[in-house]
Amino acid sequence: MPLLDALLNGLTLGGMYALIAMGLGLQYGVARIMNLAYGQFLIASAFAAFWLFARHGLSPLLSLLLLPPLAFACNWLLYRILLMPLVRRAKSRSALEVDSILLSFGLLFVIEGLVLALFGGNYVNYAYLGQVVVVLGTPLALNRLLALGFALLLGSLLYAFLHRSRYGTALRAVSVSPQAAQLVAIDVRAAAAMAFALGGTMVAASGVLVSMFLTFNVSMGVVFTMKALIVVIMGGVGSLAGCLVAGLVLGLTESLVATFIAPGLTLVATFALFLGLLMLRPTGLFKGAAA
Amino acid sequence: MRRGQAWGVVLGLLVLGALAVLPLLPWVDSGYAVSMAINLLMYVVLATAWALFSGSGGHVSLATAAFFGLGSYVVAVLGGDMAWPWVLACAALACALVAAFVGLATLRLHGVYFVIFSFGLAEFIRQFVIWYEANVSGSVGRYVFLDISQAQILWQLCALTLLLFVLGWWLVRSRLGLAMRMMGDDELVARHCGVNTTRAKLLVFAFSAVFMGLAGAVMAPRWTYIDPNIAFNPMVSFQTLIMALLGGASRLHGPLLGVFPLVLLFEYLWTSFPNHYSILLGLSFLLIVYLLPKGVLGWFDRVARGGPA
Repeated sequence: MPLLDALLNGLTLGGMYALIAMGLGLQYGVARIMNLAYGQFLIASAFAAFWLFARHGLSPLLSLLLLPPLAFACNWLLYRILLMPLVRRAKSRSALEVDSILLSFGLLFVIEGLVLALFGGNYVNYAYLGQVVVVLGTPLALNRLLALGFALLLGSLLYAFLHRSRYGTALRAVSVSPQAAQLVAIDVRAAAAMAFALGGTMVAASGVLVSMFLTFNVSMGVVFTMKALIVVIMGGVGSLAGCLVAGLVLGLTESLVATFIAPGLTLVATFALFLGLLMLRPTGLFKGAAA
Repeated sequence: MRRGQAWGVVLGLLVLGALAVLPLLPWVDSGYAVSMAINLLMYVVLATAWALFSGSGGHVSLATAAFFGLGSYVVAVLGGDMAWPWVLACAALACALVAAFVGLATLRLHGVYFVIFSFGLAEFIRQFVIWYEANVSGSVGRYVFLDISQAQILWQLCALTLLLFVLGWWLVRSRLGLAMRMMGDDELVARHCGVNTTRAKLLVFAFSAVFMGLAGAVMAPRWTYIDPNIAFNPMVSFQTLIMALLGGASRLHGPLLGVFPLVLLFEYLWTSFPNHYSILLGLSFLLIVYLLPKGVLGWFDRVARGGPA
C-alpha cells in the first residue's frame, strides 16, 4: 500500500533528520555558532565509517563507539583554538554569527577538499545488514530500522543529559541567557565549548548511521546542512521536542511528495514548507518551550 | 579627509583606471587576458551589487547564484528567439519579479534566518528547473548558440559595471540609500522615523537582483552549454560574498578592493593546485576572517589611525 510505505519511510527518514538537527541545535542554541560546515562533518564521518568497514572490516556499530568520542575531542579543540578568538572579538551576537558563518564556509571547503583528496568524488555505499524485514506489510531494510533505533536511543540520551543532569541544566541555562547564567556561577565559555563538542559528537554519530543505509558522496554535505537548518528553525532554536516534530514533518513531507508527486521535487517541497511556516510562525513551532 | 580614506580613494581610483583600460584589451590580446578580464568584471558587478543590498548590515544574502543563474537561464531559453536587447530586458524583468515576490515573503526575516533562506533559494530554483526541464521540456541541458564574441561579452560587462556604479552612486546618496544605512544601524529607529522599511528593502533587493541577473545573462553565451548545475552553482554565491567582505561592503568602491586580489588568487590556486583547490580556498577564507575582519577598507582606516595593521 503506497500510503503506508510512504508513511513508514517518512518516519524513518524523519527520525534521522531529527537526530542530525539536534547537534546543530546545540551548536547554534548554546554555543551561538552558526556552523554551515555541519553537513560536511556528517559526510566526513560517513566516509570514515565507510573506510573502516571496507578496509578494516570494522562493523559500523563499532564505528559508532569509536568515532563520536573522537569527534568530541576534535570539535572541542576546534572550538578552543579556532572559534575562541572570534568569540572574544565579537561585540554582539550578530557579529559572532556573521564571523562564524564565514569561518564555517572556510571549514566547509577545507573538509570537502580533504574528503575529495582522500576518497574522490564518487558515490559510495557499503552493504551492511541489507536484509529486508516486513513491517505492517511494508518491506524495510534492516539497516534502516537499526539506524532509526539508534537515532531514538541517542536522542533520548541527549534529552536525559540535558534535562536530568546538573551539567545539562547548565547548558540549557546558557542557551536561555548567557548573562544570567554567569550570575549563577556557570562558566559560559566552558559550557559553549562543551555544547559545540557535543553537537559535533551527535553529527559524527549521525554520519555513521546515515552511511549504513544511504549512498553518499562528498557534495551531499550542503543538502544535509540545509535540512538540519530547516529542522532547527522550524522546531524553534533550542527545543529538542521541536527538533523531533519538525524532523518528522520534514521526513514525512519528503516521502509523501516523492511517492505521490515527483521524487525530484522533495527539496522544493521542504523549502516551500519552511517558507510557509516562517511566514505563519517566524519563531518556529515550539518557541518558548525550554531547551 | 583622514589618511586611510585617502589611501582608499587612491586605490579605488587605480582600480577604476584599470577598469577604464580593460575594454581596450581585445585589441592587444585576444585570449587569456580577455578571459581574465571577463572573470574580474563579472565578480565586480556581482560583489558590488551584493554589497548595495547586504552591505548596510542585517541581511547577508547567499542568493547571488539564484539570480545569476536565472539571468543565464533566461538567455538559454529565449536567446534564439528574440533580439539581444530584448533578451537582456527579459532577464532583468525575470530577476526583478522573482526578487519582488521572494522579498515580500522573506525580508521580514532577520540575521541568520535570512542567510539560510537565501542559501536555500538557489538550491530551490535549481531543483525546480531540473525537474521542469526533465519532465516538461524533456532535456536537462540547453545549448546557447549566439553570435557573441568574448570581446563583446567584455564590453557588455564594462557597460554593466559603469551603469552599476553610476546608479549605485546615485542610490547611496538618495533617500533610499539613507534609509538602508539607517536600517542597518537600527531598524526600529528607522521605522519610527517614518521609513517604509519593507518598501526600501524590497526596492534595493530587486535593484541588486537585476544586476546579478544581467551579469548572468551577459555571461551565458560564453558557456555554449548550460544546465542547472552550471547556472546555479553555489560557489558563485560564496565567492561573491567573500570578495565583497574582503574589500569592505560598507562603501560602494569597497568590493572592488576585494575582487581584484581574490580573482587573481583563485585563478592562481586553480591553475597551480587543481586537486587541492577546495582546501586552499577554504584556508584563504579562514585567513581573511582572522586577519582582515573589517576588510581592506577597515584595514586602511586602522592603519591611518596608527593602530596595529
